[in-house]
Amino acid sequence: MVLRYLFILLIFLPFNAFALIEVDITRGNLNPLPIAVTPLSIDEDSKKNFKKLLKKNDIGSEISIVVKNNLKKTGLFNPLNKDAFLQKSDIAHLKPRFEDWALIKAQALITGKVAFIDDKLRVEFRLWDVLAGKEMMALAFTTVPNNWRRVGHIITDKIYERLTGEKGYFDTRIIYVAEEGPKIKRIKKLAIMDQDGFNPKYLTLGNELVLTPRFNPTNQMVTYLSYFRNLPRVYLLDIETGVQEVVGDFPGMTFAPRFSPDGKKIIMSFAMDGNSDIYTMDLENRVVERITNHPSIDTSPSFSPNGKYICFNSDRSGYQQIYIMKSDGSKVKRISFGKGLYGTPVWSPRGDLIAFTKLHKGKFYIGVMRTDGKGERLLTENFYQEAPSWSPNGRVLIFYRETKTNSKGEGFSAKLWSIDLTGYNERLVETETDASDPSWSSLLSK
Amino acid sequence: MTRNIIISSTFHLLIIIIATMSLPFLVKKPIDLPPIISIDLIQITDKTNIPFAPKAKKIIEKVKKKEKEKLVSEQAPPKKVKKEKPDAIPLPDEKIEKIKKQEDKKQNPEKIDSEIKQVSEFEKDELFDPNNIAALIDKSKEERAEEIYEKNKITQDQDKSINIIGLSLSEEDALKAQIFGCWSIPLGLPYNENLLVRIKLKLKPDGSVIRSEILDHARMNKPGQGFYKVLAESALRAIQLCQPLRVPTTGYERWKDLQLNFDAREMLEG
Repeated sequence: MVLRYLFILLIFLPFNAFALIEVDITRGNLNPLPIAVTPLSIDEDSKKNFKKLLKKNDIGSEISIVVKNNLKKTGLFNPLNKDAFLQKSDIAHLKPRFEDWALIKAQALITGKVAFIDDKLRVEFRLWDVLAGKEMMALAFTTVPNNWRRVGHIITDKIYERLTGEKGYFDTRIIYVAEEGPKIKRIKKLAIMDQDGFNPKYLTLGNELVLTPRFNPTNQMVTYLSYFRNLPRVYLLDIETGVQEVVGDFPGMTFAPRFSPDGKKIIMSFAMDGNSDIYTMDLENRVVERITNHPSIDTSPSFSPNGKYICFNSDRSGYQQIYIMKSDGSKVKRISFGKGLYGTPVWSPRGDLIAFTKLHKGKFYIGVMRTDGKGERLLTENFYQEAPSWSPNGRVLIFYRETKTNSKGEGFSAKLWSIDLTGYNERLVETETDASDPSWSSLLSK
Repeated sequence: MTRNIIISSTFHLLIIIIATMSLPFLVKKPIDLPPIISIDLIQITDKTNIPFAPKAKKIIEKVKKKEKEKLVSEQAPPKKVKKEKPDAIPLPDEKIEKIKKQEDKKQNPEKIDSEIKQVSEFEKDELFDPNNIAALIDKSKEERAEEIYEKNKITQDQDKSINIIGLSLSEEDALKAQIFGCWSIPLGLPYNENLLVRIKLKLKPDGSVIRSEILDHARMNKPGQGFYKVLAESALRAIQLCQPLRVPTTGYERWKDLQLNFDAREMLEG
């Protein structure tokens, strides 16, 4: 009886439940993430050993500087000034006081430790989420001490990937043409350096004019154009051994070489009697295959990452424009229809975009468009700039830019620049000499 | 002596004249100021919470009818009006009328049209009748059922008896604007993937977060969904950074449980 009354009472009791309110957050800010990169702590014995070996007073600080500079250059992170840090780095590595790091507005924290163990460099680091108060990642590397800069780059790659959701591009190299001397008598050498401009090495002596070097997928081989004995031909160079060879036995000029994504073929242009077409050569059996057959100039071929398509530029419509076709040369389709001339198309490693150089009304632009030609975006404009090359994650482009000469022919320079896909983060890439024709390697540590 | 008296009386007379000329308000009665009526200005939106205001509805309906009549008589000649009248009335109106007739039979005959958005506090007080709570519940059920059908997000099992009282547009905008500023979107995310992170929050009355829960937590550890973890963490950081959240000062019961749907796709697609 009581239960019945209770039941009736429950029925008539006013309900006080509410629907869950949902709020859609579809916008955010693109401000760089404030990040604290602490100097990696090091014990006194290790410090002495590294000082003897590497002539560096504090290798822990040096590595953290590499990481900090890398992060800053991305434009996505804002490394905080270490003078503002409230907690010592060695203690922070064990247990950070998150309130102290939050107080200086850090949202992420990097701590680490360096040690000299068995003549090797051991680096461990941790990435902390300051606001959540938890560890996001902890890794350790052991390598030869001379590799300390690479360790800094690898750490940056790991942090970048963890915080942005895409692979980094820091443990990479750039091959380019180092230039010296006056414009009319320029000495050009093949050179290779780390992506941040450190450790430059020259691969050729500068006796011949060299152009358009490109890495193979394993970063061990380079294909490039050389004017050896004044005959422009495509060459192949093994970076480790220094051995080089001519690619194919063509009766005319070969140029604009590039590897296929699997590294088994080289695609290039072959010009004879005023006509230029695209060819591939299999590096195993040396079989040459003609891909285009058109009386116009077809050049600058670049494979899609899956190897199924090729983009190239051609003046078959009367003006130089970008086309795509299947890798066997079928189904040629023009994709650029904007005003001006389009050249040097390069397929993004992600496969979604094609970067290009555009000449319009006397100005050069570096831009990107989708693979169907839609969504063209011009990222940067200048007096003269060309030859974009993608970072391995498809987020940044490196290219070169030349300056005007004065009436006396002085003041000429060629420099490497990088720009990200937002078009805002444009930076000069430091090189020892003038530089042109850059090509970005894939990640060295995969 | 007489001279002094004359000067003194002249002076006094002058002062009296000046006083009567310049200080008239002393004579006048104070102005009758009407009492201050506070009015809640609420933006017109589907989501805006509308309290019951049957009186207001009646008034507005009357005004509407009058307006319709006026418009007809002003704009169209009588003959045409007669012909066009049946066609001119759109079908939805007929439906509404039918619905209204049905509603009359229900517990809550004075159900308000959703277009009425502005009601004074006095009216609210008058209109609130504890005996009509059951009717309120009924209405909420109807509306909820419609929403479930449309959105297919929450099943009936989850919420069988609920009141739809969301945030007003201005309240929602304030909250959104705050979180927009705190959310650093990871730029490397693949924009062709599903970039929606749903986070359920339990809030304190001051807007600080007691508990946050990622609703699709299982997705974080799925292979090929590494980006989702990055996105979810960035959303959690935004909440941490923003708290206390800019929630309304009243109606804690309404928003103590809140779900934020972070969707980066729009931003990343550009």
